[in-house]
Amino acid sequence: MMEIKSCIPLLAFLVSLVAVVPIVLSSRRPNVREGWTILAGIIKFGLVLSMLPTVLAGYTVEYTLWKILPSLSIQFRVDAMGMLFALVASLLWIATSIYSIGYMRVLKEHAQTRFYAYFAVALSATIGVAFAANLLTLYLFYEMLSLCTYPLVAHHQDRTARTGGRTYLAYLLGTSVSFALPAMIYVYWKSGGNMEFVGGGFLSGKVSGSEATVLLLLLVFGFSKAALMPFHSWLPAAMVAPTPVSALLHAVAVVKVGVFCVLRIFTGVFGISFLKDVGIGDVILWIAAITILAGSLIALSQDNLKRRLAFSTISQLGYIVLGAALLSGRGLTGSMLHIGMHAFGKITLFFCAGAILIATGKKAVSEMAGIGRRMPYTMSAFLLGALSIIGLPPLGGAWSKWYLFLGAWESDHILIVFILIISSLLNIAYLLPIVVRAFYMPSPDGEAGGGIQEAPPACVGPLVFTALSCFALFLFPGIFVDLAKLIGGNL
Amino acid sequence: MEWIDNILVARFNYWIYIILMMLGLYAMIAKNNLVKKLIGMSIFQAAIILFFISTGVKRDATIPILRHDEIPGQHVVEHPADGATQSPAIRANDYTNPLPHVLMLTAIVVGVSTLGVSLGVVQKIYGHYGTLEENEIIEKIKSAHG
Amino acid sequence: MGEHFPVLILLIPFFTALGICVVGLWKPHWCQPATVVSLGASLAVALGTLCKVVKQGIVSYALGGWPPPIGIEYRIDALNGLVLVVIATVALITAVYSRQRVAAETPDRVPLFYTLYLLLVTGLLGMTVTGDAFNLYVLLEVTSLATYALIAMGSRRAVLACFNYIIMGTIGASLYLLGVGYLYIKTGSLNMVDIQQLLVSEDLYSSRSILIAFILIMLGVWIKMAFFPLHGWLPNAYAFAPSTTSCLIAPLMTKVTVYVMIRMMLTVFGPAYVFDYLQWSEVVVWLAVLAIVAGSIMALAQADLPKMLSYLVIAEVGYMVGGVWLANEAGLVGAFYHIISDAFMTLCLFLAAGAIIARTGDHRITSIFQGLPRRMPLTFFGFLVGAFSMIGVPPTCGFFSKWYLISAGIEAGHWAYVTALLFSSLINAIIFSRIIEIAFFGLSPGHEQTEIRREESPLSILVPLMGAALAVILVGLYNWNLVSWITDAVRLYSMAPVSG
Repeated sequence: MMEIKSCIPLLAFLVSLVAVVPIVLSSRRPNVREGWTILAGIIKFGLVLSMLPTVLAGYTVEYTLWKILPSLSIQFRVDAMGMLFALVASLLWIATSIYSIGYMRVLKEHAQTRFYAYFAVALSATIGVAFAANLLTLYLFYEMLSLCTYPLVAHHQDRTARTGGRTYLAYLLGTSVSFALPAMIYVYWKSGGNMEFVGGGFLSGKVSGSEATVLLLLLVFGFSKAALMPFHSWLPAAMVAPTPVSALLHAVAVVKVGVFCVLRIFTGVFGISFLKDVGIGDVILWIAAITILAGSLIALSQDNLKRRLAFSTISQLGYIVLGAALLSGRGLTGSMLHIGMHAFGKITLFFCAGAILIATGKKAVSEMAGIGRRMPYTMSAFLLGALSIIGLPPLGGAWSKWYLFLGAWESDHILIVFILIISSLLNIAYLLPIVVRAFYMPSPDGEAGGGIQEAPPACVGPLVFTALSCFALFLFPGIFVDLAKLIGGNL
Repeated sequence: MEWIDNILVARFNYWIYIILMMLGLYAMIAKNNLVKKLIGMSIFQAAIILFFISTGVKRDATIPILRHDEIPGQHVVEHPADGATQSPAIRANDYTNPLPHVLMLTAIVVGVSTLGVSLGVVQKIYGHYGTLEENEIIEKIKSAHG
Repeated sequence: MGEHFPVLILLIPFFTALGICVVGLWKPHWCQPATVVSLGASLAVALGTLCKVVKQGIVSYALGGWPPPIGIEYRIDALNGLVLVVIATVALITAVYSRQRVAAETPDRVPLFYTLYLLLVTGLLGMTVTGDAFNLYVLLEVTSLATYALIAMGSRRAVLACFNYIIMGTIGASLYLLGVGYLYIKTGSLNMVDIQQLLVSEDLYSSRSILIAFILIMLGVWIKMAFFPLHGWLPNAYAFAPSTTSCLIAPLMTKVTVYVMIRMMLTVFGPAYVFDYLQWSEVVVWLAVLAIVAGSIMALAQADLPKMLSYLVIAEVGYMVGGVWLANEAGLVGAFYHIISDAFMTLCLFLAAGAIIARTGDHRITSIFQGLPRRMPLTFFGFLVGAFSMIGVPPTCGFFSKWYLISAGIEAGHWAYVTALLFSSLINAIIFSRIIEIAFFGLSPGHEQTEIRREESPLSILVPLMGAALAVILVGLYNWNLVSWITDAVRLYSMAPVSG
């Protein structure tokens, strides 16, 4: 693989971090402040996009920031995997920024400057994770993300928000310090100081089978943003955050950083072929399968819409981990695709949940009867997002599930194929009734005749955009599939 | 009975220092009165000083001070007529070891300073609490803070 | 001039102390600038000495012209050269910081305060440079005496805490002295290097007196560094001392004493005796594990900020002792790196805590941190840097010292120690995230704009605080340079690499 030295990865990382300064300085002028956020988002997306042709051509873009340990630096390297994730995250940040303008103003939220500032920092950390060239850099930005999203989660500052924030931080910091850190130091020691992600895995052949099992478990659970059961409870707890936070961070940035780390561990640290040789992928495979089913089942029983979406996320993250644990090229391609596809689908659903909240003040699924007639755009977008999550054509989610099925089939895991089918049925069971209820059931208090009462355009615009993207991604999955295949083909 | 000779009698200096040290330690830890603690501290330090001093002692040795005419080089220079025959060689066994004494001079100074500082602190404690009994002071602290 | 550097490092603060003591009676406001200037000069000389060490290896200075082993030798190698620089830097930062605090806390005794302050620094520097076992005792006591007096200047309760410290400290120093006595009986020498050579050449490893000497010296040093369970004197003494005093002694006293322990183990008894002959490592590392766990748990239980920080100091001592006694090169290097990083992060925390307490006039964690990010944003930022370093968030130096210590623990196969380090990181995370939560979200929404005015600390406090925070980050970023430096220096002591 050819390497190109360039500082664009660093710039892409820094843009949103630097944007904090003007955001804080213009705290008294909301329009200017939010202008900065959007400007930073566009620049960031542009920078990421500018590296796309290089990556598609099979090159990687490198930048070394600081030599921190012998043979180990804080280093950025943009490869296909990081590219795909960074594209999704930076594009959806723009959408979320516009959405939050509407959301935060309608609800007259307090401390909005803090909100935008930490949001920008969180995006920097996400890009840092996406472009991390070695395990230490990955860990560094992973921790940065945990810390800077805490103020966002506990934004409301009341008792529930503080408890939620506490759970959030306790789970994420606790697991990363007690599992990932020692495993990482052990890995560092075993691999002779080299922790750079390479195609075949830098640890491949350097540890015994039992060591590899323990390390794999420690690392996968250590990066608990992936929300694998039993370390998933932080995700529903974090739903106390304002909806834009839930949308971007808990559908795109934070949880996807978790699964991204897991994918890196499978491909870059151990290497798929090594894991296959030692035969330890199955442990994670079954944990992921249980997470998928249990997450879906719990989602069925949730009445609070955001909590239902949270458990749906847990289940969907299971798909991504499962795809990697299949240890097959197609499975991995499916995983990477699902990072992108699920991001677009789930962010749409969260946007809709927020839009319903600000337009009607309703949070529970059971209160949403007849809401579709008042908010047709929102609920249509919800339908598209839901169908994409379920994985039905003609929506983007179909592609990723298709590859996951192929991967499971390819590696002779017939039982997993069944689990995937059951889970898709469960997805239908917990998502579609919301739409049905919204469109076909009369609203209880007879307010149906009120005409259209949508959320402000700043909210509806982004959600329509993401919903249409789900559709567009079915028709033109080209870039994503190419990138994902680059990863799957590199095995 | 030989071990009594070997362990108790031949090393009585060590036994004395150990007994004194334990006395001091006991007073420092167990006594309730702060001044008594300090007395214990002084005994403790004195024990160590005695120990050091006793290590410098030799049988039939004198203090390590040379008379003017005992210094070999000078003797020869000042009385060339006497020749080298009379210049006595200095034998280390004739003199006690001066180094422990010198060290202990410093240690005594340190001990006195410590005692001085701690007496000052004790005075301050008395000024604050009006007593030197530790349990009474702790009572007063507790009642003031809870 | 250059050849007198080793002794000048001490003499500059020493004579300034004497000068201040006299001149300060008429010109009390000259004291603080004079202290700063003399510590700056001392730092410059320490840096000069370090350069010399780099160029020509170990610098040996015969005090008063008496060649070692008869006279007192000041011996500076790459290790204590580094410690000297750390001491001088921390003392300088604290001296700058002290201006307002001292004027507020002990207005009538400013000259005395600075005299004692400089004597304390002199003692610490002396403990580090001296190559003579008895001279070390004297300097240990000089340092301790100055500390006693400085602590006793504190609040009402400081006095009793100080008394307990005196008792414990004297026991510790006396045990050390006794140990030196036993060494002297057996070897007839007080020069550290000489003693080690004699131990080998006279084949004294099996001597029971040497064993007793070693035990006594270790016990003495452990009492002085508050190694669990000999830590009882520390929390009250540090918590009730005047804030400037705790800013100086909390980062330095324990750390320099740990260095003294390392020095005793490496230079006097030698790694061959301590690790290979005695085989005690396992036991001491378990003690360190206890120290870390107990210190962390007790810190968690405190409601009072200075007390909580003091217990953290006790836990950190466990880190270092454990690292040294892991009996491998990586552990020693990690412990030594932690001496440096812990000095700066403790300094950072204590400086910030002093500034916060001065402004709020309260000690309780639950009340003083409310709305602090708005009230004193920069001070709180300094506190956060120290806190993150304690938790071990990269790129602060705390992360890297944990990194090296944990990898040393893994290498030695001492899993309890590794677990204890992680446990303590978690406890620290709980402690500080609780503080952060109170700080950011302690007030209900809506209150903050109206009620909280900005009351940032004055510049004389902010500048040193930011300096300390910067040091925390720089020591972290340049960790590799420091560690390779320390590794080279440690290799001179022919640490036998213990195979895991």
